[in-house]
Amino acid sequence: MPSSTTPAPLSGAAPRGRGGNRLAGRGARIELIDLSKRYGDFAAVDEVSLVVEPGEFMTLLGPSGSGKTTTLNIVAGFVGPTSGSLKVDGAAIESTPAHKRDMGVVFQHYALFPHLTVAENIAYPLKRRGIPKARRAELIGTALDTVHLGEYGHRYPRELSGGQQQRVAVARAIVYSPRVLLMDEPLGALDKKLRDWLQLEIKRIHAQLGTTFVYVTHDQEEALVLSDRIAVFNHGRIEQVGPAGELYERPGTLFVAKFLGESTVLRGDTTRDGDGSAVGVCARTLRAPGHIEGPRAAIIVRPERLAVRPAGDRPEPGWNALPATVAGEIYLGSSRKLELTLPDGSPALVREQAGALSDVRKGDEVTLTWRVEDSVLLPDDPDVEAVFT
Amino acid sequence: MVLLDELSGTARSATKGRAAAREPGGRRPALLILPALIALAVFFLYPLAVVAWSAFTDPAPGLGNFTWFFGEPGNLRTLTRTFTTALWVTLISLVLSYPYAYAMTVAGPRVRGVLTMLVLLPFWTSLMVRTFAWVILLQDTGVINQILGAFGLGPFSLIRTQTGVIIGMVQLLMPFMVLPLYAVMSGIDQRLLPAARSLGARPATAFATVYMPLSLPGVSAGCLTVFISALGFYITPALLGSPTDAMISQQIFTQVNGLLKWGRGGAMGVVLLGLTLAMIALLAVSLRRAGRRVNG
Amino acid sequence: MSTSAPLRQAPETSMSTPRRRTPAVGTSRLGRGLLWGLCGIVGLWLIVPVLVVIPLSFTGKPSLKFPPDSWSTRWYANFFADTAWTSALWTSVEVALLVTVVATALGTAAALGLTRARVRGLGAAQGAMLAPMIVPGVVLAIGTYSVFLKLQLVGTLAGFVMAHTVLALPFVMIPVTASLRGFDRRLENAAASLGAGSWTTFRSVTLPLVAPGVASGALFAFVTSFDEVVVSLFIQSPYLQTLPVKMYASVTRETDPTIAAAATMIIVLTTTLVFTATFFVARRNRAQ
Repeated sequence: MPSSTTPAPLSGAAPRGRGGNRLAGRGARIELIDLSKRYGDFAAVDEVSLVVEPGEFMTLLGPSGSGKTTTLNIVAGFVGPTSGSLKVDGAAIESTPAHKRDMGVVFQHYALFPHLTVAENIAYPLKRRGIPKARRAELIGTALDTVHLGEYGHRYPRELSGGQQQRVAVARAIVYSPRVLLMDEPLGALDKKLRDWLQLEIKRIHAQLGTTFVYVTHDQEEALVLSDRIAVFNHGRIEQVGPAGELYERPGTLFVAKFLGESTVLRGDTTRDGDGSAVGVCARTLRAPGHIEGPRAAIIVRPERLAVRPAGDRPEPGWNALPATVAGEIYLGSSRKLELTLPDGSPALVREQAGALSDVRKGDEVTLTWRVEDSVLLPDDPDVEAVFT
Repeated sequence: MVLLDELSGTARSATKGRAAAREPGGRRPALLILPALIALAVFFLYPLAVVAWSAFTDPAPGLGNFTWFFGEPGNLRTLTRTFTTALWVTLISLVLSYPYAYAMTVAGPRVRGVLTMLVLLPFWTSLMVRTFAWVILLQDTGVINQILGAFGLGPFSLIRTQTGVIIGMVQLLMPFMVLPLYAVMSGIDQRLLPAARSLGARPATAFATVYMPLSLPGVSAGCLTVFISALGFYITPALLGSPTDAMISQQIFTQVNGLLKWGRGGAMGVVLLGLTLAMIALLAVSLRRAGRRVNG
Repeated sequence: MSTSAPLRQAPETSMSTPRRRTPAVGTSRLGRGLLWGLCGIVGLWLIVPVLVVIPLSFTGKPSLKFPPDSWSTRWYANFFADTAWTSALWTSVEVALLVTVVATALGTAAALGLTRARVRGLGAAQGAMLAPMIVPGVVLAIGTYSVFLKLQLVGTLAGFVMAHTVLALPFVMIPVTASLRGFDRRLENAAASLGAGSWTTFRSVTLPLVAPGVASGALFAFVTSFDEVVVSLFIQSPYLQTLPVKMYASVTRETDPTIAAAATMIIVLTTTLVFTATFFVARRNRAQ
C-alpha cells in the first residue's frame, strides 16, 4: 500500500514533463460545486462537491450505482447536471458541449473506432483540431511510444488484445494534450495480471504528463495503488475525500472503513471517558480516542493492528483486550489471516506477517489485543451492513 | 413475420435508445423523422383517405357503395374467391416451405448457401418478370403441359384458371414464407431434440412437441405475410387468371379504371384494407397470447 | 441427394451459428432422403420460372413457344431499336436512382430520429412508416391516382419518384434501424470527447459503421422502385412509362418475344446488383 499520507497533490506537485514527454502539459483544476443529477425521484448524483487540484490523480471509488460514473459523465459533458456547477480553471463549463471541453476520456470498453486503424483512431482528435499532417504523424508517434505500442499504428483495433486496445484508447485520449484525463473503469474488462501491470503504466503516464486525472473504479486496491486522493462515493454522495493512507487509517464513516480494506467492527454503547470514549462490547469495556454524537458506536480495527495472545492475558495499560476463539486460518505466503469469533458471535480478523506468526490453531481460545490509539471510533450505521452482505 | 418482428423490434429499440441517448438534445432528433412523415402523409395517408372518402361520398354521401357491394352476389363470390385463393396459397406455401427452411438449418454451409440463393434469387427478381415466366410455363402448349404430355397426361388448361393463379402465386410468394421460417428455426437450439429424446420421446414426438411449437412464431409470421400479400395481389391473377374468376384487386381496378366508379372501387378498397388490417390484428393478438405462454 | 450426408458434417465456418447438428427428423435414411428430395424439387420450383425466360429471349421465331427451336439475338436488337422499350427502360432507371437517393436519405434520417428521439408518439410514427408494406397495392394505387390527378402529377417523373419513395421507405428503415440498433453509442461519446461536433460525429463515426445497413436499404429502395407495377400502372401516361408497365402492357396485348429480352435484362441487372452488394457487404464484414 502506498504511504501517501502527505497532503495532495503528490505527483502533480512534481515538475511536469520531467520524463521529457512532448505531450506533457499543465493539468487543470476542476471544481464540482453542489452537482446533482436526478432522474425523477432518484438522485444518481446528490449535491456532490469536490475540488481536483492541477495535476492530481483523483479516484472516484464506490460500489456500482453509487454515482461515480454519472459524476464522471457530467464532467465529460455526456450527461447534463440537474443542478450545481462545474468549473475548469475557474471557468464554468456546465453548458459547454462535450466536444468543446478539451478533456480526454478513456472508456471502460475502450470505444475505439472499429473502422479506423490505430493510427487513424489517434489521428481523429488531431484532425478535429486541424493539426497539419506532418505534426499529426509526429504526435501519433509520441503517443504510441508513450503507451509502448510504437509498431501497431497500421493495425485495426480488432487485431489487438484487450490490454493493447486499452493502451490505444489511452494514447488517443492523451495525444492532444488535454488538461484533464477522465478514465471510466478503464481496466474493468481485463484480467488481474494485465490489470496490475497497466495500473503501473497509468501511474507512469500520469507522472510523465502532469495532466489532471479523474479515475473511476469500484476496485479499492486499484484506487490505493493509483491515487493521490480518493473520493469514496455511496448513494450518490461523497462519503470522504482524502489520500489513500488517511482513508485507510482514519476512515470518516463506517462505509468508508468497510469499503476500503478489511477491518473488525465492534459495536456497542458509548460513554465519554476523559479524552476518549468507552464502548461496551461483549460485557467488556473497550477504549478509543475521541468522541462521537449519539449512544451507539462502532470501533474499527484494521487486521494488522490486532494481535493474538494466550487466553486470559490481562491487557497492559493503553491496550484493549477481548476473548476470542480461532475459527479458521488462511495462509497467504507473506502473511497469515486468522478468523476469530468473539463471545457475541461476531467475527474478527487478524493479519500476521510472516516471521511473526503466533502458534495458535483453529479452535484455540485466545485473547485479542490492540492499542487504544489503533481503534477508530465511528457512529454506528446499521444501513452499511446491507451494502456489504 | 419479418414485418411484425420489425415493428415491435424497432419500437423496443426506440425505447432502449431513449435510455441510452446522449443527454443534450433529447427532442431534437425527432425533427429527423419529419421529412419522411411529411412524404408519407402526402403520398400515402392522403391517397388512402381519398379512397375512403370517395367510398362514402361518391356519387352521393352515405353507405350506398357498401350496400351495393354486399348486396351483389357476384361481389361476395369475388370476396370469397379472394379469401380462399389466399388461404390455399398460404397453406401450400407453408407445407412446401417448412421442410425447406428446416433443411436450411441442418444443412452444411455450402448446401445452405445454395438453398439460400435459390430463395433469394426469385425474392429479388421482379414480380412482373416472374409472372411473365408463368404465363409462358402455363400456356396450353407450355412446358408444364409438355412434361405432362410426355407421361401421357393432359393437356390441362392451366392458364386462365384458378389453379394456374394458385400455382403462380405460391412460387411468387414462397420466399416470404421461407425467410421468416428460417430466421426463427435457425434460432432454435438443436440440442433440445436429443434432450427430448433422452427424456423418452420418439423422434417424431420430439419434433412435434418441442421443435414445432418453438418454430410457431416463424410460421405465423410467414403465413401472415403471404396471406395479406395474396389478398391484395393484382398483377398475377390479372395475367394468369380468368377475367370471370377475378379477385378483388382486379374488380377494384375495373371499377375505377374501366367504369370510373370511384365510389364503388373505394368501397371495395376499404373492405380489402379492413380485411388486411383485421388479419394483422388477429395475428398480433394471438402472437401476444402465445408469447405470454412461452415467456411467463 | 446422397452427397448431403458428408456435406452436412462439413466443418463449421464462422458464418454459421455455433450450436446445431444432429437433426431429429431425417435421422433415418428414408427421412433424410425425403427431406433432401423435397428440397431439391422445391429449389427447382423456385428457380426455374426465373430462368425460363432467358433461353426464350434468344428465340429465332416471333412466338413465345418454349423451348425455342431456333436461335437469334433479334429481340434484343428489337428492344434497343424500339423507343417505347428504351424510353421505358431509361425512365425506370432514372426513377429508381432518384428513389434510391430520396428514400435512403428520408429513411435513414427517420431511422435515426426514431432510435434517438425522446418524444411521445414514436410508436405511431414507426407504425405509419412501415404501413406501406401491408396496404394492398391497388388500394394505394387508386388513391394515388386520384390525388395525382388533382396535383397534376400523373405521368410525371416527380410523381413516379414520390409514389415509389413512400413504398420504398419501410425497406430502407428496417435495415438502417437494425444497423443503428447494433451500433455502440459509446463511440459517439468517444468522438465527442475527442472534439467532434454532432454532424462530424455522424459523418466520421456513425455513418461509416451503419453503412452496410444504409447500403442494403438503398438496394431495397432501388429494387422496390424498379419492380413496382401496380401503382405505376395508374400514374403512367402514354408519354412516360416504366419498364414493368410496358411489360405488363406487352403481355396483355402482344406475343412478341421482345418482352423476354427485357425480362432477361432485368434479371441480369437485379441479380448482378444484389450479388455485387452481397459480396461487398460480406467482404466488409469479414474485414471487420
